[in-house]
Amino acid sequence: MRKELIELRVNGRKHELAIEPSELLLDVLRQELDLTGSKRGCDDSSCGACTVLVDGVPTLSCTMLAMSCAADEQEALEITTVEGIADHGALAAIQKAYGDWGGAQCGFCTPGFMITVKALLDRNPEPSEDDIRHALSGNLCRCTGYTQMYQAIKAAIEAEQEHR
Amino acid sequence: MAEFSVIGKRIALVDSAGKTTGQGKYADDLQLPGMLTGKILHSPYPHAKIKKIDASKAEAVEGVVCVVTGPDAPNKYGILPVGHDETALAVEKVRYVGDNVACVVATSEAIAERALELIDVEYEQLPAWFDPEDSMKAERDWIHPQRPNNIEKDYHHVFGDPDKGFAEADVVTEHRYIAGEVTHAAMEPHCTLAQFEIDSQTGQPGRLTVWSSTQVPYYLQHKLSIVLEMPMQQIRVIKPLVGGGFGGKSEVIPLEIIAAVAARKAKAPVKITYTREEVFWAHRGRPRTIIDLKIGAKKDGHLTSVAAKVIQDGGAYCSYGVVTILYSGALLGALYDIPNIRYDGYRVLTNKPACGAMRGHGTVNVRFAFESQLDEIAGQLEIDPAEIRRINLLKPPCVTVNNLRVQSYGLPECIEKVIERSGWGERRGKLPPARGMGMACSHYVSGAANSIIRSDMPHSTVNIKIDRDGGVVVYTGASDIGQGSDTMVAQIVAEVLGIGLGRIRVIAADTDLTPIDIGSYSSRVTFMNGNASLRSAEDVKKKIVAAAALKMNCAPEDVIMRDDRVWKRGTASPATNGAGAEHTARADTSGGSVREVSGRVEGQTLRGSLQQKRKDEGPKDQMSFEEAVVSAIDFTGALSGTGSYAPPKDARGGAFKGAGVGPSPAYSYSAQVAEVSVDEETGEVKVHKVWAAHDCGRALNPVSVEGQVIGSVWMGLGQAMQEEMVWKDGLLMNPGMLEYKSPSATESPEVECIIVESVDPEGPFGAKEASEGSLAATIPAIANAIYNAVGVRLREAPFTPERVLAALKAKRSEKKALEMTRGSDPSSPTTFREHGGSLWFKGKGPQRHEDDPSRRTNQAETAAGDD
Repeated sequence: MRKELIELRVNGRKHELAIEPSELLLDVLRQELDLTGSKRGCDDSSCGACTVLVDGVPTLSCTMLAMSCAADEQEALEITTVEGIADHGALAAIQKAYGDWGGAQCGFCTPGFMITVKALLDRNPEPSEDDIRHALSGNLCRCTGYTQMYQAIKAAIEAEQEHR
Repeated sequence: MAEFSVIGKRIALVDSAGKTTGQGKYADDLQLPGMLTGKILHSPYPHAKIKKIDASKAEAVEGVVCVVTGPDAPNKYGILPVGHDETALAVEKVRYVGDNVACVVATSEAIAERALELIDVEYEQLPAWFDPEDSMKAERDWIHPQRPNNIEKDYHHVFGDPDKGFAEADVVTEHRYIAGEVTHAAMEPHCTLAQFEIDSQTGQPGRLTVWSSTQVPYYLQHKLSIVLEMPMQQIRVIKPLVGGGFGGKSEVIPLEIIAAVAARKAKAPVKITYTREEVFWAHRGRPRTIIDLKIGAKKDGHLTSVAAKVIQDGGAYCSYGVVTILYSGALLGALYDIPNIRYDGYRVLTNKPACGAMRGHGTVNVRFAFESQLDEIAGQLEIDPAEIRRINLLKPPCVTVNNLRVQSYGLPECIEKVIERSGWGERRGKLPPARGMGMACSHYVSGAANSIIRSDMPHSTVNIKIDRDGGVVVYTGASDIGQGSDTMVAQIVAEVLGIGLGRIRVIAADTDLTPIDIGSYSSRVTFMNGNASLRSAEDVKKKIVAAAALKMNCAPEDVIMRDDRVWKRGTASPATNGAGAEHTARADTSGGSVREVSGRVEGQTLRGSLQQKRKDEGPKDQMSFEEAVVSAIDFTGALSGTGSYAPPKDARGGAFKGAGVGPSPAYSYSAQVAEVSVDEETGEVKVHKVWAAHDCGRALNPVSVEGQVIGSVWMGLGQAMQEEMVWKDGLLMNPGMLEYKSPSATESPEVECIIVESVDPEGPFGAKEASEGSLAATIPAIANAIYNAVGVRLREAPFTPERVLAALKAKRSEKKALEMTRGSDPSSPTTFREHGGSLWFKGKGPQRHEDDPSRRTNQAETAAGDD
């Protein structure tokens, strides 16, 4: 397939890339931009390890064509990967809390959770436990049983509130 | 002053920031210049001879570099020395749907996939065996000709006098239990990247480097050496971050060998990453297990005898099978005091992906049967389920009837704590209708006392290097797969040397750099690598202390190292004034934009010898860690330490055949209570909460211990409630995360972890395992809670709504349950069912897919008839 030149906006930076129109956003992020934080954990969009924000909406990058995020007449869609959520080179509150509270064990699903939780807290800074469970239900983890993630999210919310 | 300064504290894993930021690299995140992609062609038939492979059309595709087939690497290997029955790619025969036939190496994944379709393979189908009880009766077409009747291995152990024990019993119960087949489904699909270096002397491909998602770099190096016919020292295995293992990466998985063979043939680096479906085929999970269990007990609740016949549906290769079937029998002991045991175990080959080691290896399904039946006996004898467990406690230190040495034993406290926290006494029996509580216990080894490759070699060795900057580098072969072993090693070394974690850099699991550790399996790492780390740190500490003692004019015993300071016993605590001195030094130099750094900066001694400084300063009572390190280097030269661990002789078990599996230097213990409610209309079970008390000896990092225990309970819950591999004529019906039903956040109840510390006499600071022992108790705890809620005994796991409903109906009508499959009663199955209770059975289910191998058979027969 012939490659086409596209422009993507990822983590606040513009990238010009030559890609095949059939390439998935996940593959472009991982292979072309070396943003390997987003992971491929399944074949069928069931695990959530590849979650990124597309214009603020958590999206499975394994089901989206890179082309559909590119600039055409409109501005390119703003893509945020896990690499883009650190707080000026330091850990964001949610990243610190996941480490401190054991929300990440093997860490393979963690980037997806970081994005999902960030989207949740951006939308709803004080989620109930049901809100949290519901938001996390699209991301699978095989290590933690999720329990320590809830503690981490609670701690991150508290840290954010103190910060304000 | 607290007893410990680093261990016992709740700290983040040392590699957690790499995980939460996405900076950490897993095998599939690595790229090399000129790297090619490998894709594997899998068998569509469960059992067939390969008559011919024609890859010429595939090789002609632009972008395809080569096609690798079985004859390119025909040497047999296997994780167990007694089970060398695999080849990298099939030679002569395929043995399951998904078996590895050929590998295309191409410049892109898309090209490789296209080329796969162009490989012509001519098969001759053979009768296939899917049911272990049928398979055991096979007279011909054995899966491996060297394994008559498809029995990989059978063991028949008798300890004490089981018949006499049953004769003395007041009640004897006997039932059949079946536990469905489950798999690890670690979030990271397996991935291997292999690269050869050109040798400068010969000009030919020489050293091989392999980056792989493995729990066992050392075994991988060993098996690569066998298959590639290369000396081990020419092979370097590096374990990057690993995205979960649970046993699924604890042996050499075909792609690891295939990638290396492919890199050799393609003369370029090759990376192979499994798709999720391939991960399910690679499998090595927990086998479907049939357990016929007989238990005898006295009226007072004392167990007199246990007899178990266990049949495991092992799949097409040995894998860890011989070990699994031995664990199933051996770990009947060491939890309770059982005077007489008979065990008959059969590991059977079938034409399905190989089963292997999975979290709680070998014990889980038998523990489900045992704890369910113990609950039933308690009911018959009108003894509280917690009480019957207390009645049968061991009295350690002791050696069990099957030669397992038990020292630390936190089970009584686990039972006590879990009763207290769950409100067992007050709440059980007083819950609303269809709501109940159940209890179960379990245990696990803290590392196998005998390694797979029998030798006197230490199971773990750890080296430490300290340089003049006071930085401590620890070289450990331990494989961190997310359980936190790097953190554990850092904590132990920091504790011994009395320094902060910030000074320590852990270099792990790289066979060129790190000394041998046999791998992350059998929950051995904290106990064994932890002990090696402890000894290594003590070795280097001895040298530092000797130098510091000279400097401070005191005996080495009077030197105290803690909080990055070294001081003479009996002098004032230096913690505050030591730090103050450094602050002064810092304040002196932080004024201008140009700084003088010759001499001392923030405690570092960059120039000058200790002798010179001693002349300047005279003898002192205390010093910084750097000063002590510099003094040691000045006295002894390079400062390094080494330590290793091998389990003691008296913990290695008996002398009978099969005695090598089960013994461990220490056992962890768990007691759990589950609270469930059952919807009697739909058969749906909701688990409200699980309380789990786990005896881990000593919690080196409580956050990690809790994470491991909760994770184990959660995985047990998955197996109890919804996870099951469903087969139809050897074809896996649910090879995806959704179909396999890994529980999501909304399906996962709260798990409360209670840490019990029995402080083992041989564990590092008393620590034992925490990652596996809790899994086995969860399944029977839930089964017993279901019985408590609605009075039906589920003897087949998982407890799906169909099974629960069938059992409820059977109870209500007091007739045989709905005949869902082969006419067996789901509440008391007597025959094996391949498909786990769904309607997919021998054509009775929905229309078969056209790719279904059995359908192809029919077509082939029809076609033959026409001739």
